Amino acid sequence: MKPDNDCIIDIRDLTFHRGSRAIFERVNIQVPRGKVTAIMGPSGTGKTTLLKLIGGQLHPDEGQILLDGTDIPGLGRRELFEARERMGMLFQSGALFTDMSVFDNVAFPLQVHTELPDDMIRDIVLMKLQAVGLRGARDLMPSELSGGMARRVALARAIALDPDIVMYDEPFTGQDPIAMGVLVNLIRRLNQALGHTSIIVSHDIKETLGIADYIYILSDAHVIAQGTPEELAEVESEQVRQFMQGLPDGPVPFHYRASDLMQDLLEGQ
Amino acid sequence: MLDMLQRLGHRGLSRLAALGRAGQILLLSLLARPQPLTMAPLVLRQIYSVGVLSLVIIVVSGAFIGMVLGLQGYTILVDYGSEQAVGQMVALSLVRELAPVVAALLFAGRAGSALTAEIGLMKATEQLASLEMIGVDPLRRIIAPRLWAGFISMPLLAIIFAVVGIWGGSLVAVDWLGIYEGSFWANMQQSVDFYEDVLNGIIKAVCFGIVVTWIAVFEGYDCIPTSEGISQATTRTVVYSSLAVLGLDFILTAVMFGEL
Repeated sequence: MKPDNDCIIDIRDLTFHRGSRAIFERVNIQVPRGKVTAIMGPSGTGKTTLLKLIGGQLHPDEGQILLDGTDIPGLGRRELFEARERMGMLFQSGALFTDMSVFDNVAFPLQVHTELPDDMIRDIVLMKLQAVGLRGARDLMPSELSGGMARRVALARAIALDPDIVMYDEPFTGQDPIAMGVLVNLIRRLNQALGHTSIIVSHDIKETLGIADYIYILSDAHVIAQGTPEELAEVESEQVRQFMQGLPDGPVPFHYRASDLMQDLLEGQ
Repeated sequence: MLDMLQRLGHRGLSRLAALGRAGQILLLSLLARPQPLTMAPLVLRQIYSVGVLSLVIIVVSGAFIGMVLGLQGYTILVDYGSEQAVGQMVALSLVRELAPVVAALLFAGRAGSALTAEIGLMKATEQLASLEMIGVDPLRRIIAPRLWAGFISMPLLAIIFAVVGIWGGSLVAVDWLGIYEGSFWANMQQSVDFYEDVLNGIIKAVCFGIVVTWIAVFEGYDCIPTSEGISQATTRTVVYSSLAVLGLDFILTAVMFGEL
């Protein structure tokens, strides 16, 4: 499956540098509407940076990031905040507001962006919490939640405003197998039930392959492969195979750049 | 040599850039369209945490400083037979200098460091980023209420400091050392001028409040979001704001009282 023309996010010729290091070099990515798109790649390839670029928290050096035809980096401060109301983001740490209860955390986006009466907000919050299985935990504070629960609350908050796009930053990292299974299920189910577009940034291959409709693999500032999970399984490139099969050494070397070991040892004498 | 010049230039440039960012934060948070209804409860909550919770340290320090002033003033003035002027000395030194300056130093240590650490930790735990992604400007939601709370609290704390200090001075001079109460207060009343002394002291406190709170929130917002970065930012807040308060105090004093 190639992403068809109906893409909600269209990234064209994106170039981004951190200092002198190129994170992205003329990268093109299309995110199809209503599907689960995964961005994968080894650590440090700028996957999270990509989400921040889409969210307008970082500015690209060159290129366009079009959200339904609107160029995100070109927006003014106010328009950018308006555009963000269409996006929900699940941060790696959950990023719950520590001075608010679970209920207030989920209610927060509704309170600031809608004029709904309190009882309606309460109903919506309870429904969102029910969707992630934590209606009973609504009075807890974030410090009382386990890592997996915190991420589910953050997910409930990210979908509180029924956004068009939900971005997941490493949703499976550091989760036990049960919490991981719960999250995988939730992301898939919510995507189908709510009809939004999901972008998952992850390096957990098995889980991501299980739920993604389309996958981009990033490495060395470029997209090195893209396709459906089935298509990627067939790719011959060594770089892609090393990543997909989790081989310790290959085009992505095990050793950090260093001089010859023998020479290094002898120098110390 | 060339290397040193280059480093110096680099440091100078990065300081200037930081100053620019600090100015930008101040303008963007304060000049935003006012939303009194959402802002008021946030500001009140911050006034509680930076102002009300600083009361204990301000009151205790104020009382002791007033008492020490009373005691020191007495031992010096009694040699000249003018111990009746202790009240005047205590009041003038507190109202003009000590209340705004010491209150600001304590405020920087107690409230400024807490502001920096809190905002820095919010940044490290991605709470600021998640506010942005929810479509809420952290400058207006997090920074602005803290700035206003600091601006409002600091002068009030300085006034409380001065009042408690004068009371501490009278405790030592009148109740302990036995100076005649009437002359203690009368001397004070005669020599302290509202515009010249009290108002100038309050103006100083307002300036210090702005500077300390501004430094504190900027250091928190601009810190490197790691444990080391937050600890350095907190230290910088206390050091920079203390130096700024003392330097600014000299300038303000020179402007206000320099012609005398």
